[in-house]
Amino acid sequence: MSKRIELKSLDVYYKAFLAVQDVSMVIEPKAITAFIGPSGCGKSTLIRTLNRMHEVIPGARVEGQLLMDGEDVYGPDVDPVRVRRQVGMVFQRPNPFPTMSIKDNVLSGYKLNNSRMSKAEAEEITEKALVGANLWNEVKDRLEKPGSGLSGGQQQRLCIARAIAVEPDVILMDEPTSALDPISTAAIEDLAVELKEHFTVVIVTHNMQQASRISDMTAFFNIAGSGLPGKLIEYDKTEKVFSNPTEQQTEDYVSGRFG
Amino acid sequence: MTTQLNSSFRGTQDLPKWLSPTLLVSFFLASFGLQVLIASDSDSAAINFIPVAIFGLLGFTVAIYVISRVIEGVRKATDRLVTIMVSTAFSLALIPLLSLAYTVVTKGVARFDAEFFTFSMRNVVGEGGGALHAIIGTVEITGIATLISVPIGIMAAIYLVEYGRGTVARLVTFFVDVMTGVPSIVAGLFAYALFVIFFGPGVRMGLGGAIALSLLMIPVVIRATEEMLKIVPNELREAAYALGVPKWLTVLKVVLPTSLAGIATGIMIAIARVIGETAPLLLIAGFTASMNYNPLNERMMTLPVFVYTSYANQGVDMQAYLDRAWAGALTLMLIVMVLNLVARLISKYFSPKG
Repeated sequence: MSKRIELKSLDVYYKAFLAVQDVSMVIEPKAITAFIGPSGCGKSTLIRTLNRMHEVIPGARVEGQLLMDGEDVYGPDVDPVRVRRQVGMVFQRPNPFPTMSIKDNVLSGYKLNNSRMSKAEAEEITEKALVGANLWNEVKDRLEKPGSGLSGGQQQRLCIARAIAVEPDVILMDEPTSALDPISTAAIEDLAVELKEHFTVVIVTHNMQQASRISDMTAFFNIAGSGLPGKLIEYDKTEKVFSNPTEQQTEDYVSGRFG
Repeated sequence: MTTQLNSSFRGTQDLPKWLSPTLLVSFFLASFGLQVLIASDSDSAAINFIPVAIFGLLGFTVAIYVISRVIEGVRKATDRLVTIMVSTAFSLALIPLLSLAYTVVTKGVARFDAEFFTFSMRNVVGEGGGALHAIIGTVEITGIATLISVPIGIMAAIYLVEYGRGTVARLVTFFVDVMTGVPSIVAGLFAYALFVIFFGPGVRMGLGGAIALSLLMIPVVIRATEEMLKIVPNELREAAYALGVPKWLTVLKVVLPTSLAGIATGIMIAIARVIGETAPLLLIAGFTASMNYNPLNERMMTLPVFVYTSYANQGVDMQAYLDRAWAGALTLMLIVMVLNLVARLISKYFSPKG
């Protein structure tokens, strides 16, 4: 169910612009890995390369190697659509499909791909995903209502339910709580901790307390200046990064003395 | 202290609410009275309402501005002045619209009867007869034009928004812009020239009318659909991609349903725009007094052409021809109105809820 991701000197380009330079790291399965760093340092760009979502932007490309359980994600015969079916993603702003009910939103990974399933199967998947996203009790009586009628935090958990309903190996979260209030944030954080029982979880966050609260490993990214590529500065166990970092830059950033 | 603080927020005195409407009415009455006096003074008995409106409005504007400026201050006086100007502009824009609707309804209702909707003009001279042949023709020709334009228009818009990059897309956009400005008679000539190639000179055919109309309709559909597809948030596309949904399914099952209401409205507007076209249909669909259900054969009457010919070639019983023309115009207006209602219903039931 959960896979180990290995990055080998990965460079990410937008056309000629080098956005992220030379990242090598191993993301462990059944753990939460947090990406932290200042805005524009390329952490969102990097997380989008993990499921080949950055290719949606014209001109974006990757050099280097990205292995998932030893399999090359950027191999010549790899279909990005198949990669994305195994790597779920949750975005910064909750984005449930406005034309669909709550239930259809959860099942959208199947329905949009035209896969057929029995009614019982559909109900089982819906319940399992919503229970997994800690949303079942709140919405079980209104599964046929539109998903956009939920609160922001509920919508984000609906998006997580949608991502885990297709049973991926990896869940990527790109600042999943930055648009939410503290209570919804806490709910999502608890959920992330539960999710790591089954999935490889990668989370991008601007909130360092969040990273230290929930993650097992932390990667710190930084840029030397605008227009320069982002680089991986330090990658270690979360306690180490926050209490006793090796690099001066990391210490400045996590202690708030940045700039 | 608090009273002082409050007083700094206090403005000047307001005019009482009844003053403005009362002034307006009294100035119009005064202006009307003045006109009556002038009319009785000179020999012409008729009262001209245009000066009544102009002088009444001018007097009211000056009076309310001066009063407001003295009592309420400069800011509120300016506010009132601009409000009057905006309302006047709005009323001016509304006058021709209401006048047109009123004229068409009052004149059209004379022949808006069962016979009008059940008879053609075959062997009718003078009174009687109907426009069934024209209604059938309009419905068939516009229907075929819609069937041609909607798939082409929507798919072209999908190409432009979702796939088109670089030179080809820019060229398509440019030609769509050019096509929007093509005069309708040119579209008619094009359809005629096209059909002459296959059927020889002098060809008249309902299908040709549909081709001409779809030529006018396609750019409108493309433009409307393009705008609607562009406002579908990119986050929804990304959400679908991240679930491993291929691009074509994302477009088909996420982007199109989300923008369906707007696209439907755009299509209805495009239909309303071409259903009243006369010139191209006169050229290629032609004129006939008989029923013709077959758009692939012979001349086919349409409502705009019916209105035009009834008016242009009046027979002996002149009034009968004029009444038929007005009834035809009324029918056309009602069809457009029904289409608009349908568009509103569609956008009500299909737009994303939440």
